Amino acid sequence: MAYSEKLLDHYNNPLNVGTLDKASKSVGTGLVGAPECGDVMRLQIEVDETTGIIKDAKFKTFGCGSAIASSSVATEWLKGKSIDQAMAIDNMAIVEELALPPVKIHCSVLAEDAIKSAINDYRVKNGMPALELEEKIVH
Amino acid sequence: MELPIYLDNNATTPMDPRVLEAMIPYFTQKFGNAASRNHSFGWVAEEAVDYSREQVAKLIGADPKEIIFTSGATEGDNLGIKGVYEMYASKGNHIITCTIEHKAVIDTCKHIEKMGGEVTYLEPGPDGMIDLAELEAAIKPTTILISIMYANNEIGTVNPMAEISKIARKHGVLVMSDATQAVGKIPVDVNKDGIDIMAFTGHKMYGPKGVGALYVRRKNPRVKVTAQMDGGGHERGMRSGTLNVPGIVGFGKACEICMQDMEKDMVHTRALRDRLEAGLLQIEESYLNGHKENRLPHVANISFKHVEGEGLLMGINKDIALSSGSACTSASLEPSYVLKGLGLGDDLAHSSLRFGLSRFTTAEQVDHAVKLVTHTVNRLREMSPLWEMFKEGIDLDKIEWAHH
Repeated sequence: MAYSEKLLDHYNNPLNVGTLDKASKSVGTGLVGAPECGDVMRLQIEVDETTGIIKDAKFKTFGCGSAIASSSVATEWLKGKSIDQAMAIDNMAIVEELALPPVKIHCSVLAEDAIKSAINDYRVKNGMPALELEEKIVH
Repeated sequence: MELPIYLDNNATTPMDPRVLEAMIPYFTQKFGNAASRNHSFGWVAEEAVDYSREQVAKLIGADPKEIIFTSGATEGDNLGIKGVYEMYASKGNHIITCTIEHKAVIDTCKHIEKMGGEVTYLEPGPDGMIDLAELEAAIKPTTILISIMYANNEIGTVNPMAEISKIARKHGVLVMSDATQAVGKIPVDVNKDGIDIMAFTGHKMYGPKGVGALYVRRKNPRVKVTAQMDGGGHERGMRSGTLNVPGIVGFGKACEICMQDMEKDMVHTRALRDRLEAGLLQIEESYLNGHKENRLPHVANISFKHVEGEGLLMGINKDIALSSGSACTSASLEPSYVLKGLGLGDDLAHSSLRFGLSRFTTAEQVDHAVKLVTHTVNRLREMSPLWEMFKEGIDLDKIEWAHH
């Protein structure tokens, strides 16, 4: 299976690897996937309290190259977006960006789930109700 | 050093140049059909096939008449298992095998079950070995065949075939072995090992692809299998189809070289394997899978905890060809059934790499592999949430994972 140059570049030089303080009120953390499925993604956002803009995003991912690259792309896209804009990020955009092959689409779904899970964590921490998330069943 | 480096020799081996040289005349000059009885082209081909049959038989301590040429080990496994099932139907319909056999055996057994047969799948120990007491306890009056692989393709664990066959003999049950990974690599003797039927193939021992053999014992006891391919009655009626003469010539030559160089090859690959292992097991939280002693000299299967195997391969495969026990695709999120069959946790099963060395592998290549794998494991752990949690002392088993 040949992967795209972009995917390989994100795998070899991933952006935004790291950890934010999950105890902080301005940080939302999403942890999705499971070790037995072969991928676990932890994605974090840091929201500017005054503007409501995501000022930083970090990830750590256990998984295949496509999962790592999807996380890298997702975190890069999150920075500078509002929560609402972030909620609108669709997994198919990641599929397109990285030219993920069909067997790797679930990696992009995982990234979308991680974004939403991080946003919900931030919302709940800040006294807002969690958003109902529609299930994307690709696995 | 030339890149990429090939360390996936359990998948297939490069062909030895000596094998190629032996094959070449049989494509264009000596192209006859070994079944043509009335002219010299046929006689030359037949003579070459007979000579190869001797070379193949000699490697496994068999009589040349006991060798049936096939297209490879998958065909051999099918012919052996289905052939016995049909031939010995009046005696019984029960077959015993193991959960970590190659798919060519497992899926053939599943087919037997669909046809009304009964199959017992023994679970191996954590090191991949068959438990002899469990094997004996599984034998019933209807048992006709025990099919256990000689050496496992993923972890290299070698089964005690002589002891398995001793038990089988006591109960009058035939023993078959898929010996694809063992023949040519370690001493295999069908008489010392008490094997009645054995499948193996050329391309795992520096021979050509598309040619293999099924050993079928001719005395004590005389074993017969029903043909699965009908036609001109080649190979004593057990496998019809025009013989692949150049392939068979190459296979024979490969067997001859393996026999002559076995000791040398074993010493060579074992030394490099040990060097590889010594280097890789220095990595924190790395584990050797399979039996530590009873295994093929050229195989090492190692798990690197908290790093996913396929992700690891992406960082390595530009330089080194390897295989992983992990399959992270939407079609199959399941890691290797062999590693799972050993009772390995998902964390280790998803994190494994299989190294298969060959007579052509060099110390320089091994050193490069150690360096690159170490570097990639460390790099990926830096971005692994599981590694971070592990380092913080969090028990990963206690986390409630969102299952996808």
